[in-house]
Parts: sequence; C-alpha cells; structure tokens
Amino acid sequence: MKKLSKRLFAAAMMTTLVSFSVAGCGGASSDDLPKVQGATRDSSIQDADGVIKIGIMEDLTGECALLGVQKVHAYQKAIDEINEAGGIDGMPVEIDLVDACSDNTKYQELSRKLILEDKCDVVMGCATSASREAVRPIFEDNNAILFYNNQYEGGVASHNVFCTGLVPEQQVVPLVPTMMETYGKKVYILAADYNFGQITALWFEQEVENNGGEIVGTEFVPMGTTQFSSTITKIQDAAPDILVVLAAGSSQTTFFEQWSTSGIKGLPMMTTVNIAQMYEHLQFDPPALANMHVVANYVMELETEDAKAFTEKMKNAFPDDAYFGMEAAASYEGINLYAKAVENAKTTETEAVIAALEEGITLEHMPSGTITMNGDTHHVTKDLVMIRCDETHELHFDANYSQVAPDWISKTLGINIKESAPNKQYTPLDTN
Amino acid sequence: MILVFRHLYLFLDSFSFLLLSALGLSIIYGMMGIINQAHGEFIMLGAYFTSLLSVALHIPFIISIFLGAILTGFLGLLLDRTIICRLYSRPLDSIVVTWGISLILSQGIRIILGNSVESISTPLGSFTIGNEKFSTYRMVLVAVAVITLMVVYYIFNHTEFGLKARATMQRSDIAKSLGVNTDKMYAATFFIGSFLAGLTGGLYSPTMMVVPTMGTSFNMQAFVTVIVGGSNPILGSFLSSALLGIVNSELSGWAGSFAGQIGLLIMAIIFIRICPLGVSGLVDRLKAVRR
Repeated sequence: MKKLSKRLFAAAMMTTLVSFSVAGCGGASSDDLPKVQGATRDSSIQDADGVIKIGIMEDLTGECALLGVQKVHAYQKAIDEINEAGGIDGMPVEIDLVDACSDNTKYQELSRKLILEDKCDVVMGCATSASREAVRPIFEDNNAILFYNNQYEGGVASHNVFCTGLVPEQQVVPLVPTMMETYGKKVYILAADYNFGQITALWFEQEVENNGGEIVGTEFVPMGTTQFSSTITKIQDAAPDILVVLAAGSSQTTFFEQWSTSGIKGLPMMTTVNIAQMYEHLQFDPPALANMHVVANYVMELETEDAKAFTEKMKNAFPDDAYFGMEAAASYEGINLYAKAVENAKTTETEAVIAALEEGITLEHMPSGTITMNGDTHHVTKDLVMIRCDETHELHFDANYSQVAPDWISKTLGINIKESAPNKQYTPLDTN
Repeated sequence: MILVFRHLYLFLDSFSFLLLSALGLSIIYGMMGIINQAHGEFIMLGAYFTSLLSVALHIPFIISIFLGAILTGFLGLLLDRTIICRLYSRPLDSIVVTWGISLILSQGIRIILGNSVESISTPLGSFTIGNEKFSTYRMVLVAVAVITLMVVYYIFNHTEFGLKARATMQRSDIAKSLGVNTDKMYAATFFIGSFLAGLTGGLYSPTMMVVPTMGTSFNMQAFVTVIVGGSNPILGSFLSSALLGIVNSELSGWAGSFAGQIGLLIMAIIFIRICPLGVSGLVDRLKAVRR
C-alpha cells in the first residue's frame, strides 16, 4: 500500500513535469532539488551572481535514460556533499537540470539555453558521442566549459571540453592482448552504427592487428535495431574466437537476450560499454552476458574501499535506483574536479577555471580511487579493473591496471591542448 | 541443406515479425480508415502487461500473453469510445490525434513504471541443424503468426460479425439502414486491432528489453507492411509480409541489418510510386482482368 501511494504520488508529480516535456521537454527545474544548506555567501570566489550554477544536461527519458538517471543522481549527490560542507570555498552550488530526451537536436537547443540564457558557470552532460559532437562547437564558439562524464571512443582535443570517462587507450589497449592470449586470434566486431561504434571498432581492429590477430567480420547495427536473427546467424557462420559487442541504447542491448537464447554458448565477448554502463548483467537473465569482459574504473560490485564507500552513499541517497555504473562514478568525479578547479582559481571565469584544470588536479578517495586530470589531454588518469561476467552473472575482477593515463592524444598525435587546442576529434585513421 | 534452412529460418523470422507487427494496424486502417500512430505503443503496452503479469504476479507466460492482449484490447476499446469515435471520417486528423495518444502512452508508462521493467527470458531454448543453432521460440512465433492470421480471416469472412463488420466498412449508411449497429462494429474492430497489437507485444516481450520506447521499433516495419499490403487487411498483410520478409532477410543476411531496413523503405517507395494500392490492390486488379 505504501509503495502504491508512493507510485501515485510520483505519478501526480511527474504529470506536471510532462506538461513541460510536451511543450519542449524542459524537465525538472532547480526548484525541485534540495536547497542549499549551511553555505554562506561571503566567499573569496569571484562570481557575478554569488552562486555557482552547474548546468546538468542528461537523458532522463528515451534510449539512454537508464544511463542518464544514474548520472544525474551522482551529480546531485556530489553537489549535495559540497553544499553540506559549506559550498565551494563558501559559495553555494546550484543545479540547473534539463532533460535532453536522448535527442541530439534537443542537446543543441539546451546547450545554448544553459550557456546563454541561464548563464551556467559550467555544463556537465551528454551521453552518446553523437550528442557530444553535436554540442561541442557550441561550447567552443561561446567559450563555455563542458564536462563530458562518459566513456567514449577517445580523441577529443578541445580547449573547452573535459572528458572524465574512459577512452580506448584505457579500455581497448589493455583488454585486447589479454583476451587474445586466453581465447584465440579470430575476432568478430558488432558495433552501433554511429561515431562511437565506428571509431571504437577502428580501435579494436588496430589492436587486434597489432597483436597478430584477424578480424573475421564486422557489422554496424543502426540505433534502435531490436531484431538480431540475421546478425546472430552471420556471427555463427564466421566462427570467431572472440566477439566484440558495442551495443548502445536500450534497443540494441536486446542483442544479449537474443544471443543467449540462440543456443550459442560460451563465446568470449568484450566491450567498452556493456555491464559497466547500463548494467545488462542485471537487466537480462543469466547467461545472456556470460563470458563478457570489460575494463572499467567502477561498477557497483567493485570491492575497493573507495568504490564501496561510493556505492554505500549512493544506495543510501537513492534506495530505489537499480544500479550505479562507471558513468555515475565519472559524473561524481566530474563535479569534484570542477569544484577543486574553481577553488584553486578563486573564480568561475572560464579561462581561469580551464587553466586551473590544466594544471593537473589530483583527487583522492574518488569512486575509482585516486584520479588525475591530465592537463595536456583534458582526460583523466584512473585505476582500472578488468571485469569478467560469469554464467550466473556474477562479476569477477581478473586484473588490475594502476593509474592508466589517457595519453593517446599527447603521445601518438603529439598534441598538447594546454599550448594549442585544435578543437577537433581524432580517430585512429589520423595516425596513418 | 543447412544453407537452405538458414535462409528459410531468417525469412520466417522476418515474416512473422512483419506480420504480427502489422496485422492490428492493417485491420484498423483497412476496416476503419483510421491511421493509428499509437499502434507501436499498443504493442509496448501488451509487452508491459505481459511482463508485469508473468514476473510480478507469477502467472504462466502463455496466459500472461493472452491476458495482456485482452487488457490492451480493452484499453483500445476505451480510447475508441472516448476519442477515436470522433474521428471515423477524418483520416488526417486521426494521424495527429493518435500520435498524441502515442506520446501520452509512452510517457505515461515511463512515469508510472519507470524506464524499464523486468521481463521473462526467452523460453524453449534452441535446436541445432548441421552445426548451427537456431532459436525454437522464434519458430513458435511463426506458427502463432500464421494461426493468428487464420483466426482473423475466419472471424472476418465466416462469421456473422465479420459479415456485418465488412458491410459497415464498405457502406456504413446502408448497413445501418439494414439494422446493423455500426458503432458497435467499429468499436469491436478497434478492439480486435488493439488486441492483436497487445498480442504482438506480449509475444515479443521475452526477446526484447521492455522499455517505454520499444513501440517505435515496430512502427517502421508495421507501416511499411501496411503500405505495401494495401487496403485488404488480411490478404494484404499476408502477401506483403511474405514479400518484405524475403527482401529483409536476404538483404540483412547479405549486408547486415542496416541494408535490411533500407530494403524495406525502398520497397515502400517503389510501391507508393508504381502500385499505390499495394499488393492486395494488385491482386484485385488481376482478378478483375480475369473476369
């Protein structure tokens, strides 16, 4: 009964929200969020309106909602903690939350709104790489800061964008040789058909070839695809030793259900997104994700002290949430990195904050342990684990990689964003 | 041998998906002239009802599918009596209104039940031919699709209800003057169409992630099937599912699911351009020529 009345209440509350979302999907306003407690306004930080306004732009609805909700909750937790401790050097932090509805056009509109109308000091958000690339020029043109707190295909070298999620040199490069040594050299790639899938597939191709392996087939699946019979038949036909799956959005992850019930058993799989992002190992009944491998900085099951502490406080704050994954951790870390940068810069002025971030901030006891913002690349060094999902969907942590630096842009391409930012995204094709 | 079966399996899989996706839409469109943009959302509702009944209430899966379809049917009936009945002779308005309904349904479900619900895993396992594995459940879906089509055919062609329903759709004024309760016929037809959508959702719920937006993944295929099928809902759906099933399965098998989807859209364009009455229109024309 209690649960029911709660549902009804939630329904009533959300009905009001829908009237917004029909008109333009405006989503929640900052008024719905807990107010600042204990923070005073006499702060040494320079800011025009006396409050640090963080724009949060994520998908609360649509294809990527399962990811967006956990990220938003992580932002809220991080900001609540900052405010409870008195704000950033005494200045309170305010959330400006908007729902991008998993729609790239919406992302562009909302970016302009958050930067130009709402005058946010920083914007955190974007889920898919398509959404990030859709808004990146807007941030560059308006000289505003975007924190992209999401695993992606790497290569963004922009003055205005800071990426706290993992990139291929942290996920693909360590994983491929280990997998090929254990399971074999024939690899099949199944990837989402947009920039994330295409470019990550290039990374897998490159690493498989570097390690003396062979790609026996590649298929790019359009977003929203739900029927995989022909895909599964083609994979069987190619008989690979390892299958790379880069399924994005809730439609595509349906692949795992159809894959596991197709009768094919035990083919090792690797990915950079599944399990650690949208918790497919809990969404689907075992053994849908059996033998899946991914390198990540955090999952809810991870038992390091720092990870456990994060899991604990997120569970307490949001007991109804199904899961917190590596992007929730990255989001929490994004807020803390920004807060530290403002504290160091003593202002929210864009160039000063970017300069503070580029100095290389190191934070301890974050969900993924000790993290360092790498000033040359605008990406974050983290401790990583290799996760293996068994037949019963229990996760095993088979290998640890300590302080892996996201240095492909600087080492291979020789770019130092601190000195000059090309404001573009590079792919493995740029190395030839 | 295995090669032949692989092609057959992919064809049948594609055929049953198209047929089940389109049948409800096709009946409502063919019989009532209502273009139901909320068709995908009715499928989504069927999947939600089925998942909730089978997971939360532990009702056996087969019964859950059936109950889910009936619930969806009644919801369709409710919508018909309150909203759709005002649109019977306004096909263009019906597009906008049903599109609005589709938004309300998918957002409403998200509000009440969240971004996803648990569904059961695909039952029945797999079978092996040569050294390749195939899903048994998918072949069961083919049988269900064919049986559903036969039942619908029987209802509309061999029962008194079917006769009255067809009379209403052809000339509602004359049917009315002969004592047919035309309102009741429309409502019943909409119920059947919604029931079939719910049935499709229930049948496909164990193979997919049950999310509020899942309806859209049926919409494109359903609409293309109806366009290619033409005005006769039963014959049209059957022939166009078979034709498009071949196109989709062969293209997907050859160049991936992207090519398969493009193939469907190209077929729709070809049919609209060359044969706007669809396959069933073509069949009718051939029949007329022979007479």
